[in-house]
Amino acid sequence: MADAEAALAHSEALHEQFDDLEQQHEASNLGMWIFLATEVMFFGGLFAAYTIFRHLYYESFVAGSHLLEVQFGAVNTAVLICSSLTMALAVRAAQTGKRKALMVFLLCTMALGLVFLGLKFHFEWYHDYLEGIVPALHFAPSAEHLALWAKLHVLPQHVEMFMYFYFVMTGVHALHMVVGEGIMAVLLVMAYQGKFGPDRFNAVEMSGLYWHFVDIIWIFLFPLLYLLGGRF
Amino acid sequence: MAGHIVPKKIYFMVFASLMVLTALTTLAAYVDLDSYLGLKTIPMNTIVALGIAILKASLVGLFFMHVKYSSHLTKVIVVAGLFWLAILITLTLSDYTTRNLHIPNPPESWQASITQPTR
Repeated sequence: MADAEAALAHSEALHEQFDDLEQQHEASNLGMWIFLATEVMFFGGLFAAYTIFRHLYYESFVAGSHLLEVQFGAVNTAVLICSSLTMALAVRAAQTGKRKALMVFLLCTMALGLVFLGLKFHFEWYHDYLEGIVPALHFAPSAEHLALWAKLHVLPQHVEMFMYFYFVMTGVHALHMVVGEGIMAVLLVMAYQGKFGPDRFNAVEMSGLYWHFVDIIWIFLFPLLYLLGGRF
Repeated sequence: MAGHIVPKKIYFMVFASLMVLTALTTLAAYVDLDSYLGLKTIPMNTIVALGIAILKASLVGLFFMHVKYSSHLTKVIVVAGLFWLAILITLTLSDYTTRNLHIPNPPESWQASITQPTR
């Protein structure tokens, strides 16, 4: 009887176009990685443009980088790494059929993601806006900054260029985080409804890939934007 | 059963390494590695920062994203994505770093409008 039930659950988890769960998992995984490869291209364009302008206006980019607070970048990196750990553990909980653990880990991941976004919006972007270093919206650097840049022979326009890169790159990254939060919310509801188990965890695993990918983007944004030129 | 279940211990070890590397890369930014090592022409700080970032990304990819346990086909997709990124960056840079570009400064009017604080 237990065997029959297991077989039924097994057949429900398997979609009809696949031979077995192994093949179904491989198809999901491959599809997700192809999507992530397109995401590499999407962010790659920004990274390439950043590299070119950094090459052309190195001193200005260093001056721009020094406008950012390293501690917020470092703390946010740590927060995202914690969220990646909880996401990896969430996938593991789904694989081993632990529904409660899965829900707890998904909630932790969402909470850490919100901490990241909160720090970003409140302590960084909002502060930058008040300081007048947000291109297009409010770019009016203080007299001290202008004097410093004049001493370094750096044009405000080129510092502004760095800030464009900073806001577009962290902005697009934050947008991916917001999308990730939405995906986590859907997974949480599905987990609550008991839709995942040892035979059906592909949705959790593929969402996990997305979450880790967004973490990797930040792993590169942190040194490129915050640590440029050092702080000595 | 599809998918590989990674031991928890590995996840925690990867997590600890990522945290240590984050601390390391942050601290390294406060040390002038170029002059400390006596290398005037090599941007050591950038190399260290990017090296650590690549190491961290590899750890996340191999263990958290299960690339280490994935099929060869998946690995090919991962490598192909990174290879195209390398083409994008190296070929573009090979142009910008070898041509003598004369990029004019912005017009004076633009500069005047920006050096006057509006607040």
